Amino acid sequence: MSSELLKVEKLFATVEGTQILNGLDLTVGEGETHVIMGPNGAGKSTLGNVIMGNPVYSVDSGHIYFDGQDITALKTDERARLGIFISFQSPQEVPGITLEQFMRASRSAVTGKPLKVFAFQKEMKGVMETLSMDHSYAGRDLNVGFSGGEKKKAEILQMLMMNPRLAILDETDSGLDVDAVKVVSEGIRQFKKEGNSLIIITHNARILEGLKVDYTHVLSKGRIIKSGDSSLVDEIERDGFKGIDGAEQE
Amino acid sequence: MEKDAKKCVRDVDHSLYDFRDEDNSSFKTSAGLTPEIVSQISDEKHDPEWMREFRQESLKIYNGMKMSDWGPPIDGLNMDDIVTYVRPDTEMKGKWSEVPDDIKNTFEKLGIPEAERKSLAGVGAQYDSEVVYHNVREEVAAQGVVYTDMESAINGEYADMVKEHFMKLVPPTDHKFAALHGAVWSGGSFVYVPPGVKVDIPLQSYFRLNAAGAGQFEHTLIIVDKGAYLHFIEGCSAPKYSVANLHAGCVELFVAEGAWLRYSTIENWSKNMYNLNTKRSLIEKDGTMEWVSGSFGSHTSYLYPMTILKGDHSRMEYTGITFAGRDQQLDTGAKVAHVGKNTSSHIVAKSISKSGGECVFRSSVTVGKAASGTKSAVTCDSLMLDSESRSDTIPAMDIRNDSADIGHEARIGRISDDAVFYLMSRGISEEDARAMIVSGFAEPVAKELPLEYAVEMNNLIKLEMDNG
Repeated sequence: MSSELLKVEKLFATVEGTQILNGLDLTVGEGETHVIMGPNGAGKSTLGNVIMGNPVYSVDSGHIYFDGQDITALKTDERARLGIFISFQSPQEVPGITLEQFMRASRSAVTGKPLKVFAFQKEMKGVMETLSMDHSYAGRDLNVGFSGGEKKKAEILQMLMMNPRLAILDETDSGLDVDAVKVVSEGIRQFKKEGNSLIIITHNARILEGLKVDYTHVLSKGRIIKSGDSSLVDEIERDGFKGIDGAEQE
Repeated sequence: MEKDAKKCVRDVDHSLYDFRDEDNSSFKTSAGLTPEIVSQISDEKHDPEWMREFRQESLKIYNGMKMSDWGPPIDGLNMDDIVTYVRPDTEMKGKWSEVPDDIKNTFEKLGIPEAERKSLAGVGAQYDSEVVYHNVREEVAAQGVVYTDMESAINGEYADMVKEHFMKLVPPTDHKFAALHGAVWSGGSFVYVPPGVKVDIPLQSYFRLNAAGAGQFEHTLIIVDKGAYLHFIEGCSAPKYSVANLHAGCVELFVAEGAWLRYSTIENWSKNMYNLNTKRSLIEKDGTMEWVSGSFGSHTSYLYPMTILKGDHSRMEYTGITFAGRDQQLDTGAKVAHVGKNTSSHIVAKSISKSGGECVFRSSVTVGKAASGTKSAVTCDSLMLDSESRSDTIPAMDIRNDSADIGHEARIGRISDDAVFYLMSRGISEEDARAMIVSGFAEPVAKELPLEYAVEMNNLIKLEMDNG
């Protein structure tokens, strides 16, 4: 196994008093791609949010390590600056800040250096072309009035521009049409070329096309109940979760 | 906000607006208000006879009127303490190099000559009560545009025009502070744009109070003749003093048939200022009035620019933002009277309150019996940054015509935690994330302002956010 980038250890987390994660363990190595599947309500999105440090969730016990550092107590922005990224299922709409302004603020916050505006714009334009995003979106208010598909593309755009060491994709494929899934998958493949790590939370295999999956995990009732290689994805695609011991039925 | 902008913002601190020069004024009235003092003002101003009488009449009205009892408290204001008239020790200057150094420093700290270098049409900056620096760019003057201080106007070529319009829209009987203004007004700007003339670049003036305990009663009179076009910008700031300061200015705007006027203001009075300003405009047929207003400073503000849509098909838009921090009670809004047929008004107001600050949005829409086909929409969004702050919305409507199409919308909210988390997930600190969201909230107003004012407004928001 390659060197450990993320290690989640016996993680227990609650939201508004409800237990969601029940002693979850997960290790993601440098450059690996992990797929997390599981029935609705299993805690998949919670896992992503807790790794990112969403204060809505409270971690009651357990630890999260990133590149050997215990980040369990770090704030969200500190985690982002270490190289953790999440593509949200329903990204927030923020009026009065354009997508480009936001991404520039983000880039300079992460690098800690003033950015070269012209070069940044050029780079951004290139990535937007890869994602078949109309360039006018750069000047529009962040996610405001974007269609579901454009919001997801904007998330992938941010991922490619930030180039984090670990990206968590939370249901990035949901609500996308076939063409959009292709475009997003292409974006993900580009990201992988850089040798970064990925956690893909998904319901179906479409988004994984052309992507080398190293591990597949089944999450149920707040813990991983089964892990395997990419063939587990096909198995679940075919049979659902019913053949897996301990999984809730959908 | 990228890194560069942030750095530049941090470089600005409150002391920028709080510097103060030694009081070397050549003439100062004794505190408190008597017919003798008002007469002294007339002497000093070389008032024509009608203005001498007007001042004395206004003083009588002032003495006979009660203080208003409907807004935020103004008990802290003792009129006997207010020195009403302070004239800086300098004559009016047309060249920057001739302006005395301490006054020049004040303006330099406020960035006024730079603003001019950036090719703004003219700079009329008011230091205390007199215009000390006034320079209309030649091409604007060549178009026949008159931009001068009120004292010159009242005795000059346009004396009759001034007499015909002066305090006709805001009569001294309007309220106690209008009467006070009529008695002691001093300084301000007169602008006349001849028919069909389009002034491409904004005219701007910057008001500033200097002497402790001095009131500011500048009068602005703007007449935009038929089919003409003007953007006028007024910026206000004053340094901090322990004595309560009063600002009771008056702005009268006349927009003739088919004319267009935009009046933009950023007010950043110091935190002990009572800002009791009256602004009113009269719009003829097919005329357009646009107000852009940012209120940040002052201890207490009463500010409701009013538009009278007299002519058919006249229209107005108001875009305003108010930011109240600790110990501030800012009561702002807009008024519109629909008189002509098929007139329209659109009021968009935003307010932010923080650290116990109180924002009240007050609007008044009246539609007269004959005003058929009126359209009016009022929107008010309020953002409260903590639980000790307050925000109220008081909309009033008096509709006397059945065909009117009237809309009102009010929203009060807080910064969404989800939005803060979203921005933080991209590496932006919590403090910056909140500031970005607040700036974003204010952006619809900022984008209506010329760039340097929009930057100033964002700086002010950032300052207010940091002073937590």
